[in-house]
Amino acid sequence: MAKFMELVKRDLALAFRQGMDSLMVVAFFIIAVVLFPFGVGPEVNTLAKIAGGTIWVAALLSSMLSLERLFQTDYDDGSLELLALAPIPLEVTVLAKVVAHWLTTGLPLIITAPLLAVLMQLPMDGFGTLILALALGTPTLSLIGAVGAALILGSRRGGVLLSLLVLPLYIPILIFGVSAVDAAIFDEAVRPHMLFLGALFVGALALTPWAAAAGLRQALE
Amino acid sequence: MHRFANPTRFLKIAGYVQPWMAAVTLALFATGLYMAFFTAPPDYQQGESVRIMYVHVPAAWMGMFCYAAMAIASAVALIWKHPLADVAAKATAPVGAAFTFLALATGSLWGKPMWGTWWVWDARLTSMLILLFLYIGYMALQGAFDDRARGAKASAVLALVGAVNLPIIKFSVDWWNTLHQPASVIKMDGPSIHPDMLWPLLIMAVGFKTYYMWVLLVRIRQEITANKVRILRLKQVHGG
Repeated sequence: MAKFMELVKRDLALAFRQGMDSLMVVAFFIIAVVLFPFGVGPEVNTLAKIAGGTIWVAALLSSMLSLERLFQTDYDDGSLELLALAPIPLEVTVLAKVVAHWLTTGLPLIITAPLLAVLMQLPMDGFGTLILALALGTPTLSLIGAVGAALILGSRRGGVLLSLLVLPLYIPILIFGVSAVDAAIFDEAVRPHMLFLGALFVGALALTPWAAAAGLRQALE
Repeated sequence: MHRFANPTRFLKIAGYVQPWMAAVTLALFATGLYMAFFTAPPDYQQGESVRIMYVHVPAAWMGMFCYAAMAIASAVALIWKHPLADVAAKATAPVGAAFTFLALATGSLWGKPMWGTWWVWDARLTSMLILLFLYIGYMALQGAFDDRARGAKASAVLALVGAVNLPIIKFSVDWWNTLHQPASVIKMDGPSIHPDMLWPLLIMAVGFKTYYMWVLLVRIRQEITANKVRILRLKQVHGG
């Protein structure tokens, strides 16, 4: 556990020293959402209707954009091989890196989301649910993304490829995340959607580190 | 299973089986299509356009079947390092993608006269579309590496991840669909389908399956031969 925290701290330190990365994810998140009113027009009712979906789609894309550097920099400078040789299982290393990734991208997204909800005229009833749903959903995004990020190491055109691999797998989270927000707005039961998001999170937590570690192993062979 | 792991033994057997598969496929297609066009009755509601079903439904089945086959072959390749399993998974992907695309295309053609639109965000159509994306991602990952062995391994892991996810995606799309749309537009004629329509459908389905086996054999043999050619070329270059 101490080694796990050590790894998380290392990745956080790296992210903070490089500075701009998290900020850029947040900036992308904001600008992606802000584009929608230009696309569909500034009419309040239209915006309120698509607010939840728009914010979720933008969150998905922002989370995905930052995935590439999850393993890539460590792979390029060789520290990934040292991490693989370290006396902790590679699965735990993956999990530590995912935690760091979520802290530097998922968490800033959740903090920014209310601001965007105001801009998109999301009805007040949806705010709490949106934040809760994002809090349950974004870790799953990082977990599933880690598998994709591990598989593309050393490939050509990694970034575009990553989106092709990961986005179809994100669809269930998008569906339940948006349904939760919609349910809150229309005064329906939010709980089932949240339970599904939780189930997806727990399932991903149990399974994806294995798949990502398998991906890393074959990349390091 | 390991008996057939030897490519030479496999090639020998495949050489015998392939013409038979071709013959059976052509015979089944000929019978199935004849029955579909001439003996099967038109539907009392949908008229003649119901005949698209005889291609559409088997193609959709095969789209899913091929993904399962690909995932199983990938698992075998990862676990036992079975040399032919990698080749089989790789050979299956484009065939499965083609079946899925065929199902979507015929579905769209069928949808136009039936529902008056080319595309409906129906649960089944949507999950087929996502299946197509999974195939495309698999093939793209496979071709993205300079080292073929890496491409094969990475895509094998992806195929397994996709196989775990596919039921979840299917379920969530169903859920999404029931929330966002009133009762579905498509309902097949219920569980009771007339034997005159069922027979051509089953014959076509088996025909699609043997067609897949046929193409699979051709593609595996081609892949093994291509590997041999590559190794010979490398030897030539290195003066070995």
